[in-house]
Amino acid sequence: MSDNILEVSHLKKYFKTQRGMVHAVDDVSFSIERGKTLGIVGESGCGKSTIGRVILQLIKPTSGSVRFDGQEIAGLSGWKMRSMRKEMQMIFQDPFSSIDPRRTVNQIIGEPLKVHGIKKNRVEREERVLELMETVGLAERLINAYPHELDGGRRQRVGIACALAVEPRFIVCDEPVSALDVSIQAQILNLLKHLQRQIGLTYIFITHDLSVVNHFSDDIAVMYLGQVVEITSAQELFDRPLHPYTQALLSAIPIPEIGRKRQRIILNGEISSPIDPPDQCRFAKRCLYATDECRAHCPSLREVSPGHQVACWRV
Amino acid sequence: MLIPVILITSFIVFFIINLAPGDVVAQLTGGDATQEEIAQVRAQLGLDQPILIRYIKYLGGLLHGDLGTSYVTGRSVYASYMEKLPATLQLALASIFVSILISIPLGISSAVHQGSIRDNVGMVAALLGLSMPNFWLGLLLIIVFALNLGWLPSGGSDGFKSIILPAITVGTGLTAMLTRTTRSSMLDVIRQDYLRTARAKGVPERLVIRKHALKNALIPVITVIGTQLGSCLGGAILTETVFSWPGVGRLILDAVNSRDIPMVTGCIVLKTITISIILLIVDLLYAVVDPRIRAQYSKGGK
Repeated sequence: MSDNILEVSHLKKYFKTQRGMVHAVDDVSFSIERGKTLGIVGESGCGKSTIGRVILQLIKPTSGSVRFDGQEIAGLSGWKMRSMRKEMQMIFQDPFSSIDPRRTVNQIIGEPLKVHGIKKNRVEREERVLELMETVGLAERLINAYPHELDGGRRQRVGIACALAVEPRFIVCDEPVSALDVSIQAQILNLLKHLQRQIGLTYIFITHDLSVVNHFSDDIAVMYLGQVVEITSAQELFDRPLHPYTQALLSAIPIPEIGRKRQRIILNGEISSPIDPPDQCRFAKRCLYATDECRAHCPSLREVSPGHQVACWRV
Repeated sequence: MLIPVILITSFIVFFIINLAPGDVVAQLTGGDATQEEIAQVRAQLGLDQPILIRYIKYLGGLLHGDLGTSYVTGRSVYASYMEKLPATLQLALASIFVSILISIPLGISSAVHQGSIRDNVGMVAALLGLSMPNFWLGLLLIIVFALNLGWLPSGGSDGFKSIILPAITVGTGLTAMLTRTTRSSMLDVIRQDYLRTARAKGVPERLVIRKHALKNALIPVITVIGTQLGSCLGGAILTETVFSWPGVGRLILDAVNSRDIPMVTGCIVLKTITISIILLIVDLLYAVVDPRIRAQYSKGGK
């Protein structure tokens, strides 16, 4: 048995709306090996961010289990979960809205240390904050700055320092670079990669940017409307994409080479509604190869070759 | 900013009082004065001159910081006002305190449990405070706590005990607005991403609400408290009358009744100044509460 730090099985999160149940995350299962990175990709609204939050119990799952280091954390009570948060942290997408505008960098990064009682003494805490700032590449003079005085890249570094403060083993990165300039994206990604090698972190890396995820992940899960449609190693996914949706996604990556054109797969048809979806393949309406079978039953993930799972009737 | 405001308010008050029926002379001389006596008193007070001249003379005095003397008592307006101000200040602060004590917790719990029974009960309770007329609530409190139970005095102003009932009377009237402001401001903040960040860090829910949400929701709350304090300083006329509280409100009421023009105008000018100062303090408080506003101040506006 491999050394899995996180095992998610049959995880579901439904949101009640006036028009019915939104199946934001629908029966998702996967696991992550210690020290590896799982990339989760998919288009807007496919439930990527919801998965991240449900795993960290920021939103309670409707059903299913999340096991961290063998311990079930789905539905843990408030204070029990709080002690788990020392092990699992999150880096948020928008560095502008996810930081309390009224506190200084020192207070923001120091807060997790304080609430978890890691550094009770104020002086010790400040030392640790400075240490963390150095780790993420923030100048020492910024310690008393307020978020509005920092640019996006620096704010995101504050967010990362926050997540690192409690020395977690597992971090969910929810589109950590999508709000940043490309040049800064690279810096932040390299920083995250460097930290992973240094302290053996495990990441879930949520993004809609395939070129980023390829560079960053060991395994990749492709999501479509709340379901994982394909999951395999990054190498395998880019070499041998099997699900029609994955193929379409990969064909959309721009190639930085003059004169070379890629055969694009253009998806037509309407996106199915995630509200009370019928029992058929969610992708059937846009799929080039959809058959009657696809419209009759929803396919589930099957292993087609070692370590490569696809949810499609045709593969 | 303050000067045009004073000019306009004093002008309006001066003329409106002048338009009101009745005359200070009738009050001073009593019913059985002869025509000559009345004319003499008029001349003494300068009332025989046209109103515009009187107003300009009044402004001349104002420039020197002289608010004139009362027609009725002959005492300086400034001295009479300052004599009553401490009592009003006490009552205003106590009322605001009562209001904050009720509103902020009520507003927070309504926002946190938005749409639940607690939210609705809280909002109805706050509205109840607003819709009960002050004099009626005041009388009710007097009947229960002063007459029946005998715990607290029914009026006057000696010591801590006598301020409780008037403060509750005025304070509950202020709660509706403050509770609603707290609630809506908290609701705005509760949806912010940084609260989720705080929860993800592992901050206990209680602290998330108190330290992250409440502090960010404070600006509108401070604004409301400031304006309420300003209006309280004008004197709560009804409440002061019911509890025979010796404050500014009653001073103005008596002056209006006797058409004591310099007294009324002077009191209102002083009131305007006090309120302006309070609002200035509120503006400065913003900077204490919000570092972004502080940064704007230090950059010199804009």
